[in-house]
Amino acid sequence: MSVITLQVDGRDVAVPAGSTLLQAIRAAGLSVPTLCDLEGLEPVGACRLCLVELEGSQRLLPACASEASEGQVIRTDTAQLQGYRRMAVELFFAEGNHVCAFCVANGTCELQDVAVAVGMDHSRFPYQYPQRAVDASHPRFSLDHNRCILCTRCVRVCDQIEGAHVWDVAERGSDCRIVAGLDQHWGEVDACTSCGKCVDVCPTGALYAKEDTTAEKHPHPERAGQLRRAREQRQWTP
Amino acid sequence: MIAATPAQDPAQARPRLRLATVWLAGCSGCHMSFLDLDEFLFELAAAVDIVYSPVASDTKIYPEQVDVCLVEGAVANVDNLQLALTLRQRTALVISFGDCAISANVPGLRNLCSAPGRDSARTVLERGYLELADASGQLPFAPGIVPELLPKVLPLHEVIPVDLYLPGCPPSAERIRAAIAPLLVGQRPRIEGSSMLRFG
Repeated sequence: MSVITLQVDGRDVAVPAGSTLLQAIRAAGLSVPTLCDLEGLEPVGACRLCLVELEGSQRLLPACASEASEGQVIRTDTAQLQGYRRMAVELFFAEGNHVCAFCVANGTCELQDVAVAVGMDHSRFPYQYPQRAVDASHPRFSLDHNRCILCTRCVRVCDQIEGAHVWDVAERGSDCRIVAGLDQHWGEVDACTSCGKCVDVCPTGALYAKEDTTAEKHPHPERAGQLRRAREQRQWTP
Repeated sequence: MIAATPAQDPAQARPRLRLATVWLAGCSGCHMSFLDLDEFLFELAAAVDIVYSPVASDTKIYPEQVDVCLVEGAVANVDNLQLALTLRQRTALVISFGDCAISANVPGLRNLCSAPGRDSARTVLERGYLELADASGQLPFAPGIVPELLPKVLPLHEVIPVDLYLPGCPPSAERIRAAIAPLLVGQRPRIEGSSMLRFG
């Protein structure tokens, strides 16, 4: 196995060839905030929170979806990056209808967590109050589009782990939304196995079990990685 | 014999902080959490003058030269707006106190209710007072008595400049104390990390 060496925030780090910059950052004992990234799922670079600076490049790179290469010099925590990350989190809050006070995920929400991590004490952007729907047609689960940040973890876990591909992304811009089946009510989609993996990995309160009310959601984002390791490495460590 | 000169107590030398608390469009939960400060309220009463507050003062007019004001609630009607503008003029340090002041939170949910051609104020008033009423339903209209709703519920910082944000629904008493205690000794609190910053 060949090895790549690079520098992250002044620390030298060696990772297996083919690793992502995010894996290199973590191998260096550092961290960057993430929302769409999840162990076990293919990266998409949707949330832009893990953007890093690469010396010699004007472009910022999403660490989760960029392959590490030999000799790179990466910076993860500059004032510019801190500013962009906070701005991105403020925009997440402003573009949806995120009301932590009565949300099913209050206390276990990864959007709440990154707001703390980036030091967001208010949004400088006006809240948009978009008109969005709630799909409660499934017998066990609900999808509240008001709380969706379009990380596509549900789309990926259903496609890549469960193999059902119930979820997809429709429309563009501010109309962009998650759809079930052929833009059907979730409960009408025969392909859904009701496995609940999409609910397990959802970082916010967008997908939740019907029996859960305010602050009662118990997410299990680790399950995607557990299942991937079980299948590919024959390791089962629940 | 020379009498020893008593050392000056710096706490006594500092003028007493003039503290106000204001309740705009909110549930009063932030003020209830403020009252959960329990014994610290005695220390606070000894260290500050509470010059305006729905829970600790009878003053009806927001006074001049206030040092610190905790503002609970969003800006939802013309009274909220007028008080916000007044307190900003008369206060050195304005704190958005809790999620409603910071994000409009639950009161702001009426912003989702705007029907085509009608702002959210008109929409919710018609829903509440006409559509769901019996035949005698009428829209409330009493200028100078019942404050008119603003077209949209706004966070405080969209109306006046805000100096400090203290999130939480409500902020816990511990969080409120950690924010107030430094102010008593002339320092600015650090609002960071999960214990101070988390929404909800």
